[in-house]
Amino acid sequence: MKPARFRYFAPHTIAEATQLLDEQGEEARLLAGGQSLLPLLNLRLARPSALIDLNEIQSLAFIHPQNGGLVLGALTRDATLERDPLVAARQPLLAEAAHYVGHPAIRHRSTLGGSLAHADPAAELPAVMLALEATFTLQSSNGNRTIAAAAFFTGPFQTALQHGEVLTEIHLPGLPPRSGSAFLEFARREGDYALAGVAAVISLAEDGTIAQARLALCSVDPTPLRAAAAETVLRGRHPDNVAWQAAAEAVVSDLKEPPSDIHGSADYRRHLAGVLTRRALALAAQRAERSHS
Amino acid sequence: MMDDDFIPVRLSVNGVPHRLFVEPRRTLLDMLREDLELTGTNAGCEHGSCGACTVLLDGQSVRACLLLAVQANGHEVMTVEGLARHGRMHPLQEAFWEKQALQCGFCTPGMLMTAYELLQQNPDPGEEEIRSALSGNLCRCTGYQHIVEAIRLAAQRLREEAEAATPSETTA
Repeated sequence: MKPARFRYFAPHTIAEATQLLDEQGEEARLLAGGQSLLPLLNLRLARPSALIDLNEIQSLAFIHPQNGGLVLGALTRDATLERDPLVAARQPLLAEAAHYVGHPAIRHRSTLGGSLAHADPAAELPAVMLALEATFTLQSSNGNRTIAAAAFFTGPFQTALQHGEVLTEIHLPGLPPRSGSAFLEFARREGDYALAGVAAVISLAEDGTIAQARLALCSVDPTPLRAAAAETVLRGRHPDNVAWQAAAEAVVSDLKEPPSDIHGSADYRRHLAGVLTRRALALAAQRAERSHS
Repeated sequence: MMDDDFIPVRLSVNGVPHRLFVEPRRTLLDMLREDLELTGTNAGCEHGSCGACTVLLDGQSVRACLLLAVQANGHEVMTVEGLARHGRMHPLQEAFWEKQALQCGFCTPGMLMTAYELLQQNPDPGEEEIRSALSGNLCRCTGYQHIVEAIRLAAQRLREEAEAATPSETTA
């Protein structure tokens, strides 16, 4: 239960970190909050030759307003997301979902960027990124590139990050007026990974119908899942139980094969996905209506 | 840097400054137990599930097994050994003792540190809030009932202590 040996570096700038990644080769790993990586090290399921600790890079931990939305440094901790007034005002979905990540002692360390780069299909924040149509800045010694969240998550624990790249910034566009959001999940015990989770954003038109709905799920597919068919079903409809039911049916019929394990069967997860979709949409719509009154 | 290099770490543990050299792969948990011989913090699952190794880092609860010792450089750590005041048990410890909130005692240090943080933030938590705060700390003996009761008792005593210390404000 002790990590194997590794070389350890704690750079103070992103440029130093990318240079170290180049120098240390493909067996090197970045360390952010460490709440997923340290268990893997302790169990020796991961044996990196070098750890490049990002925690000393002050410029990676920030939350700034940007064009009605937000830009966040990758090292922003989940406990900060939960409590930050700017996040609460502009992207309450992120604060609501961050609260479901592990326990307080985990959230004091775990980071937004770490969760995204780790890409656990059961994790909440990757699904939230899909629902908020986030874009990520990836920095390497060759420069920056920007990638949409939708293109970033390529498989279970797999992303579009190339070796040599650091996920540095998360950009969240602002929501239209009359928007509301909700994150709901079901887990057997508080703090456990969810059996299913749903992130919903509803934007209402002037006439009160649904102008746009965005829906993403975690824990039901090898990657976080955007429920495009359900979004199409909702467009232009009245925000009511009939609409939520139709969306839930679209979500469930679109699911391929949710994981089936000791914690819950595929059928149970399918059922949860439908129920949580209805509830999250209803709550998001209620909040959208309230935001206007 | 060589693989087996030791790295200097300066930190404060329970108010006492320490300077030592550790391997980068040493966890904060092992540094506390093996190097500083503070064995109150228990090594349970060592992968972040059980909460037995909960300590405070700059006043915030963390899993000592999920932090490298080198990451504590320049920070303040508080362990269960730091709870007692002037040779007397902390009101939380006294309440755990009185309410029999432990059987084997293995989870107790983590429970105490989590409860300590909770009462710092919320001096009068309800049962649901206590249970939620404890959700990351596993106890395999007690069924949690006595732990919850002990925390409520300690909270009450700490509130009374605080009121006794500032009589003019509370009676106003």
